[in-house]
Amino acid sequence: MSLAISAIDYIDNVKNGNITSEEFVAKTLEHISKHDKTLHAFLSINDKALEQARQIDKKIKTKEKVGAFYGMPISVKDNICVKGGKTTCASKILQNFVAPYDATVVSKIKSQDAIIIGKTNLDEFAMGVATEFSAFGPSKNPWNTEYVPGGSSGGSAVSVSALECILSLGSDTGGSIRNPASFCSVVGLKPTYGLISRYGLVSYANSIEQIGPMGRKVEDVALLLNHLAGKDQNDNTTIDNGSQDYLEEIDAGIQGKKIGVITEMSSGEGIDKNVESAFWRASSVFEKLGAKVEEVSLDLVRYTIAAYYVLVSAEAGSNLARYDNIRYGYDFDLEGYEFKSYISKARKIFGPEVTRRMILGGFVPSAGFAGKYLLKALKVKSKLTKQIQEAFKKFDFLISPTVPILPFKFGEKINDPLSMYLADINTVTANFTNVPAISVPFEIHDGLPIGIQIHANILQEKQLLQAAYALQSTTSLPGAPL
Amino acid sequence: MIGLEIHCQLTNLQSKLFCSCKANYRSFEPNTNVCPVCIGLPGSLPRLNQKAVEKATMIAMALNCKTPQKLGFFRKNYFYPDLPKNFQITQLNVYGPSSIGEQGKVAIEEKDIRIRRIQLEEDPGRLIYEGASERTQITLVDYNRAGTPLVEIVTEPDFENPRQVRIFLNVLSDLLENLGVSDPALEGAMRADANVSIEGGPRVEIKNIGSFYDLEKAIHFELTRQQSLKERGMPTSQETRHWDDKRKITISSRTKEEDEDYRYIHEGDVPWIVMDSESLERWKKNMPESISSKKDRYVTKYGIPPQVADVLSSDKYYSDLFEQAHNESNAKEIANIITTDLMGLVDTREKREQSKLSPKHLSDLTELIQSNKITRSSAKNALQEIVRTGKPTSEIISQTSLGKISDESEIAKIIDEIISQEPTAVKQAKENPQTINFLVGKVMQKTKGNADPAITLRLLKEKISSHE
Repeated sequence: MSLAISAIDYIDNVKNGNITSEEFVAKTLEHISKHDKTLHAFLSINDKALEQARQIDKKIKTKEKVGAFYGMPISVKDNICVKGGKTTCASKILQNFVAPYDATVVSKIKSQDAIIIGKTNLDEFAMGVATEFSAFGPSKNPWNTEYVPGGSSGGSAVSVSALECILSLGSDTGGSIRNPASFCSVVGLKPTYGLISRYGLVSYANSIEQIGPMGRKVEDVALLLNHLAGKDQNDNTTIDNGSQDYLEEIDAGIQGKKIGVITEMSSGEGIDKNVESAFWRASSVFEKLGAKVEEVSLDLVRYTIAAYYVLVSAEAGSNLARYDNIRYGYDFDLEGYEFKSYISKARKIFGPEVTRRMILGGFVPSAGFAGKYLLKALKVKSKLTKQIQEAFKKFDFLISPTVPILPFKFGEKINDPLSMYLADINTVTANFTNVPAISVPFEIHDGLPIGIQIHANILQEKQLLQAAYALQSTTSLPGAPL
Repeated sequence: MIGLEIHCQLTNLQSKLFCSCKANYRSFEPNTNVCPVCIGLPGSLPRLNQKAVEKATMIAMALNCKTPQKLGFFRKNYFYPDLPKNFQITQLNVYGPSSIGEQGKVAIEEKDIRIRRIQLEEDPGRLIYEGASERTQITLVDYNRAGTPLVEIVTEPDFENPRQVRIFLNVLSDLLENLGVSDPALEGAMRADANVSIEGGPRVEIKNIGSFYDLEKAIHFELTRQQSLKERGMPTSQETRHWDDKRKITISSRTKEEDEDYRYIHEGDVPWIVMDSESLERWKKNMPESISSKKDRYVTKYGIPPQVADVLSSDKYYSDLFEQAHNESNAKEIANIITTDLMGLVDTREKREQSKLSPKHLSDLTELIQSNKITRSSAKNALQEIVRTGKPTSEIISQTSLGKISDESEIAKIIDEIISQEPTAVKQAKENPQTINFLVGKVMQKTKGNADPAITLRLLKEKISSHE
């Protein structure tokens, strides 16, 4: 029995009695204990996983009704609440926070007999592109442990790529699912804003972020999406998707579809030549699959990084204000502090990137500066949305490299925030315009993965997954070298 | 010039503004009426209570405000221990009208008070200083109140004196109660801050005023203080002052609240609400009849005197009783009973809650009066028993011998007794018929007010004139 099986195959095998959930989970746990010391995908492991697997096996044996995941191990990013265990957001301020409730996505997959195998590493409060900002140490890229796995859902991508689980839940504020998916050669989907409930996702920039599925195969991601999507009364921003089945007709192909290559994301100075040439190969693959490919310019893309960091800082400044060390945090001698100095002392526990964004977040929406910064950022957001909607009148999909660069080494960018922020340039557009986007593994260059990003219009996940599946079926990539 | 900022809790709603904890938090042990949403746990999201929007909009309509086309919420960011998320979800009209209402007006006796805006927001938790002193080492936080739906009503600086403020607050309080959205009598349900300035002077905000009674005092104090500074040629500074409840003065706050920058941002977790005309029409139709319309109806339809109609219409408890008890023929009498006899019996919240009186008692009682079976004064006595016990009116009348005595022989017997006991009065009455009332009074005393006054007077006159 191999751990490198797809979700679909796992379910078939458990249904047929070839394997049991307990066997698979036991083997997964063994694999984790062997590799995760090096990879550090996980911040905590579910110590009841085996017991839960046994319960599900029992249901299967006695022919009770069994949920769609049949005891499949799924990892969850540690900024998504799982009842009774720690949800740290890879931050010291939440190092002892035990959520008293399940996030909506967690209760949904639990009710379908998934096993939450563990909580995965991330950049502190999901702010970063490399997991280097985790307060508990970075995760390593299983393709080459000297390289970053991407971020912020780096732990999730690593766990999937390194066979430490079958599927994972990540979150994506500006590329945090797609970036590590690309760097670790897995599939990652940022859905339409509102398609998946955010209830239980610790907010960072709540107006643009989404939880999304990650897996080794497009069809696995579609399967997981089936059980995540839909309206949730606990999240007023969720929308009804009419209970779509994303798995059905996933092999429909893209014959006759119109694809736009986003010029600003696919060529020019900032893009690595190897990434660029891989991207154009992907573009011609789409043509061979029967699609009509043309370039399209979204000139506002050049303002998105600046606008993005203004907006996310403003929202982070507000969302993270509650971590005042009164209800969560750490102890220190109160002597000599009044309320405000206490809070400022308490908040020194935040890491450098969170601190940077909190300071920015205090500034950009402040009286006298909001007009110059936050309101301008919001203007970029609404104009870019109009621009992409205009493009979707002509095209079914818009494509680009997921990340304009190859995975980089640890420490390479950590002291250069501006160059680090540029890694997001191709991914923030989907967050800014509410549309879904997926990263699909396409090539391995010198042992480092390259992913292709496909955007579709709002609520067009079904089409999007069909395109991703079509692209995937033309590739034959190895697994991560372990 | 005086302007007000009034905060009123929507106490009659079932749940808080953004979660399903109880809006009426008052009966709970500290921090037991809470959930992940109202204590702002990581990952929780606000879930808008649509009823709160509806009720707050009714307030806006009752205060003649414009309602927005699109309703939105904003975050007011500041650090305070009573604020679980360190921001308050509230509303803002800076980027176009999007709060519950704006530009309204309320008529008080002599003038219109303009309403600048109305907004819907969440109440913070409560801080309890151990030993009730600001010097205490320990501050306790109770989040039971956190998230309670709160409506902020901001007036223009249209008040000229504290008296107008008092009248306005009474009108507003009656209006909110009549709408059925709030019980202003509940402790902390209605709070007000005042902005006070004298001609040519800067605006001073007074906070921390515990009651409307103190509000009037605080404004009066502040006007006098600013006036006397002016007379001595000293400047008034623009500041926030706190009302010192013990010393009955305003004192300068140490914190400069004007300097606070709230860094407002849109609350993306609560989507914009398009206020469609259909809902607005429906809500308008569902609004209870206004106090002034009730009053007009009472006067024109039933001929109830304006002063009586005023009292009856402005108190929801009385007008509800009246509405349920009255018909065309007994309306005037019922209004009378409520505003003269009942008022003293149920003048406090506790008494009203304990009262066993039902509208049927009132209609029964009126019928007995109108058919001459009991006197007004026995009705008053019966009312006391009804309020206390809630027994059927007929039972109370028969049990306590409150039935009117109209049996002539019975009254005659009592009159004979009185005449023999009061020879002097009888003599006087013979000489001066005006003084006969003294003897009528004696008969009433003896019969506990049950003797039919007309019969008593007639018999007395007959007996005295034939008395030697």
